[in-house]
Parts: sequence; C-alpha cells; structure tokens
Amino acid sequence: MRLLTHNMLSSNIKGVSNGFPLRLEVEKFIEKEVEFNADFLRNMFPKIEWKALVDAAKTLGYADLPEEADPSLLDSDDFLKKYHHALLELHVEEGVLICPETGRKFPVNKGVPNMLLHEDEGFWRL
Amino acid sequence: MPSRPEFLAPPEFFYNEQEARKYTTSSRIIDIQAKLTERALELLALPDDGVPRLLLDIGCGSGLSGESLSESGNQWIGLDISQSMLDIALEREVDGDLLLADMGQGLGLRPGVFDGAISISAVQWLCNADKASNEPRLRLKAFFVSLYRCLARGARAVLQLYHENEAQLELITTSAMRAGFAGGVVVDYPHSTRAKKTFLVLTCGPPSISTSIPKAKGEDGESCSDESSDEENQTVGFSDRHRPRKKQKIHKKGKGRDWVLKKKEQMRKKGYAVPRDTKYTGRKRKARF
Ligand SMILES: C[S@@+](CC[C@H](N)C(=O)[O-])C[C@H]1O[C@@H](n2cnc3c(N)ncnc32)[C@H](O)[C@@H]1O
Repeated sequence: MRLLTHNMLSSNIKGVSNGFPLRLEVEKFIEKEVEFNADFLRNMFPKIEWKALVDAAKTLGYADLPEEADPSLLDSDDFLKKYHHALLELHVEEGVLICPETGRKFPVNKGVPNMLLHEDEGFWRL
Repeated sequence: MPSRPEFLAPPEFFYNEQEARKYTTSSRIIDIQAKLTERALELLALPDDGVPRLLLDIGCGSGLSGESLSESGNQWIGLDISQSMLDIALEREVDGDLLLADMGQGLGLRPGVFDGAISISAVQWLCNADKASNEPRLRLKAFFVSLYRCLARGARAVLQLYHENEAQLELITTSAMRAGFAGGVVVDYPHSTRAKKTFLVLTCGPPSISTSIPKAKGEDGESCSDESSDEENQTVGFSDRHRPRKKQKIHKKGKGRDWVLKKKEQMRKKGYAVPRDTKYTGRKRKARF
C-alpha cells in the first residue's frame, strides 16, 4: 500500500462520522522506485489531505515534506520529487490501520489492507 | 451451458486458490478481460490530455483488468473480496494498490477523490443473497451511494456486468440512479449470445452533455468475430435521442509497446499465460462511441 492509498482510505464502520485519517502503525515498509510524472502529481494535489500525507510519511521515517503546502509549490522540482517519493514510493507492507473514532484495527498483510467489516459494523445495516 | 458461478458459492469462496489460478492462467479469459477493460476505458472518456488519472477498479480480482489500466498510463487502486485473487495479483506484481474489501459493505474511500471507476465482470455478484445476512438491495445501495461519493464530480463509472436476467439489470440500474448517478446501459453486440456485453455507464453529478449515453457496438447484428479489425463499422446508436458524439481519440502517453512487451515476457517467465504479441500489442487505442 502506497501512501497515496492511505490518503484515500477512510473507515466506514457504522456510526463513525469521520473515519479519516486512519492511524498508521507500521511493522515493515519498503521503497520501490516509480516513474516520475509531474502531471499526475499536479492533478492529484488538490485531492490530497496534506497533513495526513506528512504524518504518514513521518511514521515511515521520511520527514522531508513541508508541514504545509500550497499549489504554488507545484512549480518547484525539489518539492515535486519529495511529494512523488512520499506519495508513490513508500509502501507499507505489514502493519495496521486504526479507525480514528472506534480504534478498530484493519490489518495490512503483504501490502494489502483488510478493510472487510464484521457483520455488525456495516453502515448499510440500518 | 455451465451454471452461473454466482449460484455456486459466495465470491470469497468461489474464487479460492484453485479457481483464482485457473482463472488467471486461461489465455482466453486474459484476452476477454483485456478487451472488456479497454472498452470500459473508452466509455470512461477521460480527458484527452495525457495526464495520468487515479482510477478505482472494483472487483479487481487477480489484476487482469488492472493491467489494462496500467497500460493506458493511469494509476489505479483495486479492491476485491477474494484473498486468493488478490494473492495472484500480488504474484503478478500489478502496479495498482490492492484492498481486501466487500463492495456491498460500501467503499471506505474519501469523497470526490477518484477520476473514474471501472468494474469488469463483478457487480452481478451483489445480487446474490448467498448468505443470510446478504440483502441485495441494501448491498447495492451501500455500493452505489459510496461509489458516487468517492468519485470527483463529473467523473464516470463504467461497470461491465453479467446480469442473470432483465429484472436483475433493472434492480442494479435503479439502485444506481437512486444514488444520484445519471447515465444508462450500453449493450455491445446485442444479437450475439456469446459476444453480447453489457456496460452500465454512469456519470456522477448534475446531468450535462457528458451524461448522454455512448453508442453501443454491433447493434445492427454485425459480428465481433474479428474484433481487432474493422471496429469502426460496428458502432451503432444505442439511443437516438442523442446525436453521435464526435469521434474522440485518446492520445495517452501510455506505457508504450516496449514496456508492454517486457512485462509480458516477465509474466511468461513466471509461467503465466499471456496473450501472444501481435501488431496490436501496446498500440494506441482509439476511443469509439
Ligand atoms: C470474474 S472476476 C473479474 C476480475 C477482474 N475484474 C478481471 O477483469 O479479471 C470477478 C471478481 O469480482 C470479485 N467480487 C465478487 N463480489 C465482490 C464483492 N462483493 N466485493 C468485491 N469484489 C467482489 C470476485 O472476488 C472476483 O475476483
């Protein structure tokens, strides 16, 4: 799981009003080189929850992202490289994602978060 | 005719290790899923600007559909309820991220973030009451409401599905419309039992010019036995309420032929069946309606 995906995931357990961001506890992560594409990064920028990305990257020991980011930074190559690295090249392999409201843990195995809900957790069973 | 897999067991059990491997090593299935995904991409009608988009692949399975998404140069996140299918996707080293999740429980994804969604041969599974706790209507509702929410306004979802009968398609379509989607059904090759393919083409947000339903292929009974050539002639209107859209071309940078050939060679070395290399491999694809 890349941090891009972590940035999109939220807990949808019944009754949870804000399931984002899922707290990240990491046992193992890897770095994989990914082709750089500035267009993709610019297109994604308005959709990224920046603080969540910064915090998640720090959990993986990567602290080079600025605490705050505005679109003017998208002209800087240096910024784009760091943003690219944090968003696409850091992969959580083993760990847990924790619902910020209920503390429910979603395990991550072999890089795949298990987001399956138990029968009594589904928001649709009203 | 073999009985529908949907009747045999819930998907997480039907797609067990053995079935997942069988599915992903059949070159026939690989070819079909690739063609369906390419068609879904056409119907998705992403802007023609070469910018890679973030797409969602619902019921991504072992990543056959996802590989076509990668080839088109886009980023994707896939979700599937079967661990065995996802295990094969991991073996195949797909480029997208994978989630173990049940679309019928609603998608736990942030609002407005995806530029588009596809689903290839999966959504009909939602209509199965294969467990006491499964109520198709509620599961369809959870799915469509959450899908609508996670898409960017104006984005599309293209869902290719194998419905059991017309009532089932109606149930699915109604549920999508209730969730706020506009759009409709596109049936390619409606006169052929084998080649007939149904796509639900949905647009998120207020109706606009882009909400008009794209044209189906082969509605005049033309066969698709030679799908790779002569495709232009098979485009026939689905609905005459809308004038045909101008032909669009996708000029995605894509991964290029070399990348595709290399990837296919890697897969062959690992013992997977992959479609043979032809002059079409890694070609630019036209968007057709
Ligand atoms: C025929 S396979 C297609 C896989 C892939 N899209 C492809 O083109 O090869 C259908 C997939 O839908 C998945 N599926 C069925 N019901 C599902 C659900 N409720 N949530 C997520 N995935 C589901 C199955 O596990 C299976 O992998």
